[in-house]
Amino acid sequence: MGRRRGGTIIETLIINALLVLMALAVLVLARTRNLFAVVVLSGVYSFLMATLLVALDAVDVAMTEAAVGAGVSTVLLLGALHLCKSEEARPAHRPWLPLALSGATGLLLIYGALDLPDFADPAAPIHRHVAPRYLQNEVDVPNVVTAVLASFRGYDTLGETTVVFTAGAGIVALLRRRRHKGGGDAQ
Amino acid sequence: MELLAHFSHVVAVFLMVAGLYVVMARGNLIKKLVGLSVFQTSVYLLYIAPGKLIGGTAPILAPQYGLYSNPLPHVLILTAIVVGVATLALGLALAVRIREAYGSIEEDEIIAADNAAEEARP
Repeated sequence: MGRRRGGTIIETLIINALLVLMALAVLVLARTRNLFAVVVLSGVYSFLMATLLVALDAVDVAMTEAAVGAGVSTVLLLGALHLCKSEEARPAHRPWLPLALSGATGLLLIYGALDLPDFADPAAPIHRHVAPRYLQNEVDVPNVVTAVLASFRGYDTLGETTVVFTAGAGIVALLRRRRHKGGGDAQ
Repeated sequence: MELLAHFSHVVAVFLMVAGLYVVMARGNLIKKLVGLSVFQTSVYLLYIAPGKLIGGTAPILAPQYGLYSNPLPHVLILTAIVVGVATLALGLALAVRIREAYGSIEEDEIIAADNAAEEARP
């Protein structure tokens, strides 16, 4: 029993340490002006998020976040950076208004979050409502996330594919104009 | 103690607010997009963290385990990650296009160029 309790504390400790690291990464990211450093920091942040997701038992999400969030996003950002300037201009004035607005939003959200169930509370509605039924293995796929994604929510995945296709079509439409430059900007 | 039980919520809110701040306060379009993706990522945390059960395992069924974390937020967020990257890619394409048209991705300079064009028009 003592060993189990120790494991519980260590698990919580690891999760909280990762949360603190992520907050630090974002704090540095917000203050950095060199865009290359910003992109690398956002990669670091994404990998920290992926690690945290493993600690939170969301292994499928962690894999997707590491591959898509940390991998593809960083490559896209570096590609865009290659086509643009890599230093951010200094702002003309101190951004007090955005700081006050986001601070007020944060306080309001934290005030609201205090009413949510405690972290990892087994009696929370999220664990009592429909989740037990999905965990009964109704479609004979041991990985429940795959079962729900491909079977129960198959149409949702189709919608997701539509979104990705639309985004891809938009990117092609935006960047194709570069080939006949000048012609497109006649007006 | 109350705050400690909600530590994941507090950090998720902090990440969200930091992303919001970067989107509002910074003029550089690429920096804005990084802020936007931090904002999106904070939502993953807000969804996944409540599904965790301490002592539970990943929701891959096996006879020797009995306690699993909630799989439903994972499914929702898997979709959100892919959509988030699609949004980021489209935003970056817009930024590259703006850079071609204006020669800059700084908001102030783009607005100044727009105003100058407006005044030059007869």
